[in-house]
Amino acid sequence: MNRMTLDLWVGVFVAIGLGALLFLGLKVGNLATTSTGETYVLKANFDNIGGLKVRAPVKSAGVVVGRVGDIRLDAERYEAVVTMNIGSQFVFPRDTFAKIRTSGLLGEQYIGLSVGGDIEMIKPGDVIKKTESAMVLEDLVGQFLFDKAAEGKDKK
Amino acid sequence: MLEQAATLLRGLGRRVTGRIWRLGFASRFLLATLLYSGTSFRRIFLTIREIYFTGVQSLIIILVSGLFVGMVLGLQGYDTLQRYGSSEALGILVALSLVRELGPVVSALLFASRAGSAITAEIGLMKATEQLSAMEMMAVNPIARVVAPRFWAGVISMPLLAALFSAMGIFGGYLVGVVLIGVDEGSFWSQMQASVDFREDIVNGVIKSVVFGILVSWIAVFEGYDSEPTAEGVSGATTRTVVTSSLAILAADFILTAFMFRGV
Amino acid sequence: MPAFVSNEPLVKISDLNFTYDLRPVLSGINMTIPRGKVVAIMGQSGCGKTTTLRLIGGQLRPTQGEVRFGGKVIHELDSDDLYAMRRRMGMLFQFGALFTDMSVFDNVAFQMREHTNLSEEMIRDLVLLKLNAVGLRGAQNMMPSELSGGMARRVALARAITLDPLLMMYDEPFTGLDPITMGVIGQLIRQLNDALGGSSIIVTHDVQESLQIVDYVYFMADGKVVAEGTPDEIRASDKAYVHQFVWGEFDGPVPFQYPSAPYRDQIFGATHA
Repeated sequence: MNRMTLDLWVGVFVAIGLGALLFLGLKVGNLATTSTGETYVLKANFDNIGGLKVRAPVKSAGVVVGRVGDIRLDAERYEAVVTMNIGSQFVFPRDTFAKIRTSGLLGEQYIGLSVGGDIEMIKPGDVIKKTESAMVLEDLVGQFLFDKAAEGKDKK
Repeated sequence: MLEQAATLLRGLGRRVTGRIWRLGFASRFLLATLLYSGTSFRRIFLTIREIYFTGVQSLIIILVSGLFVGMVLGLQGYDTLQRYGSSEALGILVALSLVRELGPVVSALLFASRAGSAITAEIGLMKATEQLSAMEMMAVNPIARVVAPRFWAGVISMPLLAALFSAMGIFGGYLVGVVLIGVDEGSFWSQMQASVDFREDIVNGVIKSVVFGILVSWIAVFEGYDSEPTAEGVSGATTRTVVTSSLAILAADFILTAFMFRGV
Repeated sequence: MPAFVSNEPLVKISDLNFTYDLRPVLSGINMTIPRGKVVAIMGQSGCGKTTTLRLIGGQLRPTQGEVRFGGKVIHELDSDDLYAMRRRMGMLFQFGALFTDMSVFDNVAFQMREHTNLSEEMIRDLVLLKLNAVGLRGAQNMMPSELSGGMARRVALARAITLDPLLMMYDEPFTGLDPITMGVIGQLIRQLNDALGGSSIIVTHDVQESLQIVDYVYFMADGKVVAEGTPDEIRASDKAYVHQFVWGEFDGPVPFQYPSAPYRDQIFGATHA
């Protein structure tokens, strides 16, 4: 096995190895879509964040505009304070709604931003005033049963 | 009765201290290998040559095994997922299983049995036929010339092989899931892309394979260098390499997984 | 005391003791290897001959005493000096110890490529020169696995002399060879020694072959030097051990029976009522 052939084979090996890594990163993972651009911070308070996790997506009209950066409990008002990193190219009006939604029925949770009609835009660091908490399954079921029971009583 | 118990304990104690002593010796050996690694990089051809014999010659087994593991994942995964109507999650299942665990671990186990044992046998044989002694007498440091290039070749080859294993596995899962069974191709890839995070999953997988590479290469070169210079000695050393490497890989996998995937 | 032309001897071993695992291997060894001479160290297997060679080469450290090479104490050298000293030595291992993954040519070129900056053309010429000296120029492209035992040892010899060492050490060079090859190796050892102007140490238990080519003999038994002298003195020696060794006698100071319990007791002891 002479030197040239050896070098060739090792070169091929390293090339396809790195190629596999690239494939994994780009096609399989989300390297291509992770924004490395500038972001600004927005905050929002929720009564219940449900299953929202850090790094969950923030979407508007279904398109990812940012990621959840930090989740904390406000010790005075007992609300969840969620910090979001929004891509600098997206600006939202001051009366934007922040809702915690679930993708699919049992999927992961994300924050959905629905815009109002305000002319003035939110500034970086502002807190979104209008929020809707996550739907907790147990509350829903409880509500459903309660409604059903009430219906039954009315009919009687 | 007491006598027998005492002898048993003494024997056990001696074995344990023997193992610990050997571990210390192996650590000093690793330090020496790292210190004398200059030659492996200054005369890069030495290392390239070893990458050929450990990495390139393991390609076939890694690629074929990866393909089969991925295909099995596809089959088993589909069987379970479709019961909950979540068969589009097959891509996520295959990709995460491979990238996080199966890729680094299985390729490391295969590498240990194929390349690791070969390295041990080679170095052990060189010791038994006095080639290492001859090198020493010719004023060439055998650790720098023989051991270090093989060590670094293993460390470099391992992550590449793990990535290739995972890539082939995902392709195998795609073959079975999309082409054979008929899972939707679009959801296969898009859900996968949405759920496999580069930093959390892929980079952690690469870190695992680097750690495994260091462990396997270290064990392989040490067992070879420390073997008894006889036929039985070399054969015992190769067996020990495979067994010790496999245990070390699995133990390290647990420790790394516990640290890396704690909060996810 | 032997009469030698003495400038300072090349190797001087003084009161050397070596213990391995609490077992004394060498006790109180004194040897002198003068320049330009071929010296044999003889004795039964396991008497400590190869250990002595390894101590001279610096692969082992003495428990007591010292080994001097060219006036310097070997185990006091730091690793750089030790390696520099090893470049002035050449060692022929018992079965050649050729590097099995390289060709004959690459084996002989090894030291030149590692330690010198000679161009490939120069190296090629030198390698062919050395191979020619041992009569194997035609085998330059063969792999060690293709060589016979005698050929492998000759190639190893060519490899050991590439940097023209001052001291050549031979570990059992005649063991396992046919008479023709033995004669060839013996002549090569003598010729090379005279051509290089250095000294040679042969560790062997091949009496007839070595007595023909050496200038002085040290006899070892149980880790001690029991006799020394020129080949003629050794042949004429009346020391029982030397006599038994040289003439291959059946029984003598080295007993035929491995030590065990008395014969009668072992055979009859069990059946004694």
